[in-house]
Amino acid sequence: MSPVAARHDTYLAEYGRFTKSRGSAAPAWVREHRARASARFADIGFPTSRDEDWRFTNVSPIAEAEFALAEGLPRHAAALVAGVTVPGAVRLAIVNGQFVAALSDLSTLPKGLHIVSLRDGARDETGGLREHLAATFNINAHPFAALNTAFLDDGVAILVTKGAIVETPIHVVIVTGSESPHAPRPTPHAVGVVSHPRVLVVAGPASQVTIAQSFAGAPGDVYFTNAVTEVVVGEGAVVDFYTDQRESEKAFHVANLQVHVERRGVFSSHAFSTGSRLMRHDIGIGLKGEGADCTMNGVYLVDGERLMDTHTSLDHAMPHCTSHELYKGILSGKGRGVFNGRIIVRIDAQKTDAKQTNRALLLSDDATINSNPQLEIFADDVKCTHGAAVGQLDDEAMFYLRARGLTRTEARDMLLHAFAGEVLEGLKIPALRAQIEATLFSALERDVTLRLPSGQDPSTALRAGGP
Amino acid sequence: MLDVKNLKVRVADKEILRGITLSVKAGEVHAIMGPNGSGKSTFARALAGHPGYEVTDGTVTYQGRDLLDMDPDERAREGVFMAFQYPVEIPGVNNAYFLKAALNAKRKHHGLEELDAMDFMALMTEKAKILDVDEKMLQRSVNEGFSGGEKKRNEIFHMAVLEPTLAVLDETDSGLDIDALRIVSQGVNAMRSPDRSFIVVTHYQRLLNYIVPDFVHVLSDGLLVRSGGRELALELEEKGYGWLETAAAGART
Repeated sequence: MSPVAARHDTYLAEYGRFTKSRGSAAPAWVREHRARASARFADIGFPTSRDEDWRFTNVSPIAEAEFALAEGLPRHAAALVAGVTVPGAVRLAIVNGQFVAALSDLSTLPKGLHIVSLRDGARDETGGLREHLAATFNINAHPFAALNTAFLDDGVAILVTKGAIVETPIHVVIVTGSESPHAPRPTPHAVGVVSHPRVLVVAGPASQVTIAQSFAGAPGDVYFTNAVTEVVVGEGAVVDFYTDQRESEKAFHVANLQVHVERRGVFSSHAFSTGSRLMRHDIGIGLKGEGADCTMNGVYLVDGERLMDTHTSLDHAMPHCTSHELYKGILSGKGRGVFNGRIIVRIDAQKTDAKQTNRALLLSDDATINSNPQLEIFADDVKCTHGAAVGQLDDEAMFYLRARGLTRTEARDMLLHAFAGEVLEGLKIPALRAQIEATLFSALERDVTLRLPSGQDPSTALRAGGP
Repeated sequence: MLDVKNLKVRVADKEILRGITLSVKAGEVHAIMGPNGSGKSTFARALAGHPGYEVTDGTVTYQGRDLLDMDPDERAREGVFMAFQYPVEIPGVNNAYFLKAALNAKRKHHGLEELDAMDFMALMTEKAKILDVDEKMLQRSVNEGFSGGEKKRNEIFHMAVLEPTLAVLDETDSGLDIDALRIVSQGVNAMRSPDRSFIVVTHYQRLLNYIVPDFVHVLSDGLLVRSGGRELALELEEKGYGWLETAAAGART
């Protein structure tokens, strides 16, 4: 038996334990979701590089290692949550997949907003929860989302009632980790813990809401976060969604965001990724009603020997929908980036207007990016454009800034800020934006120090390039 | 102020400057003239420290220090300013924000307190008025979408704010119409002072009607072939560069 299959069995064994212990109290319909997903995962297992969608991303470090299902509330969770606090926001803490009221702040809950832990919500079948949970995507297409669903237990549901305009941002802080590297592991051979956080957002017709998600862990901690977020944007509703992925640099991060946008609904996603050793983001947006609009932007920074993979999928199913997609990657060291942007324009989706742009900045000779636009157009009266560009920092711009007195680092940061600026500007929560900007540049600092052996002319090192 | 001795500079394996010797004292304005390809801009960029310009021989002493030993940014903070022949467009970097960072980098270097946003705005408004710079230009991205004239004016505006000790103007007159030329020259003239020096690199004599130099040097094929007072510029205007090149060729044989 191959090692991959063996680990696959480990997850199934964990599943068995889970359903008999903390998962046992769930209502029958939740247990059915789990059983279906578990069977599906047992069937397909972890993807390999033979799968087209996983060609450049080898998940064997996840598949071959043993991760124990995360339990409890590690002591450092409170500090991690405090570290990313956005003042004035409604805060929802999910630690090791469980909603933690003690670390959440629901003191300023605006009218029209219902927040419930998924466990309670599933038990009570709180408004629309049963109808929407695990309904926005097909588990067959997403093995990790199937794995998450197999362990469906807790998380949060954010339900916005019809017509409610929620101005207070909602900040979901997702933490994974065990007590300490020296604490006894739940399973003897586990290298760390795994959590399967789950968030459901249902924005009723004509409602408006802003939601941010921060993923965090203790620096240096090895763990695996396998998140699923589902968003339903009702008719004429407006949902702004932000993701700040700042996991430990040794963590594995797989996240799946699946969105349905109804008629004239407006959805925007801005994803900022600086953490984790291996990241895989799947973002799938279905424009399910006429006149829907979506924006899908992101900035990722990858250095060291890390890998960041973003797979986006836009389904233009109905006419007169618009979509704008802009991803920017900053790659340094031996960092690797993967961007796959799929756009499907179905036969009924006439007058579609879709624009996709993907840019990558390579700061070193050893950094690589695989960029792949994937347009599947079946309608004939549409406007679809895509563009991909890979470049280096502009030497002449660097010299211009330095010739006015900025140091190499200051000049580089200014150019990187300008590069990422177009996407950062879309982030309308100032406190979160400040956190992300600070992380972007401190992350790079570390890398540049590593990149410069003594005696090497820094300006040559920065003039990164290569064939 | 500046002592250049036997400066040789190579660009992409081609020797462009073949031994320049030039001394600039505080308060002086030197014009460097010469035909296209003679090495004028190479000289300006080498002084600013462009990494693509490799100094193979010679020395440059600036205020008693080895200029060639300094990074471009240190040169700038020490008071060397080059107005670019082709100012670089930098999308996404706000002109005023950049200039404030540059000014504060210099102030910090000299142990001065950094200017806050209010004081900086006041300074900008004052300088913008002198150079007839539209304040809207300050809130745009650096040089992005600027006309040729706007770019050159922006360079002189940067110079006015950064108040260099040694200013090198690389073909600042090219692309300027007569009105812009007059405004830019007025800006430069207003900054002339006993402790500030200028090196004005230009192809045409025209600029020197407005910025009157103390010395004129003619660069040809990487060497300074003639030096004189401003009357040399007028002579060049009349005769063109051809006779100098012939003279230079003659001198070499």
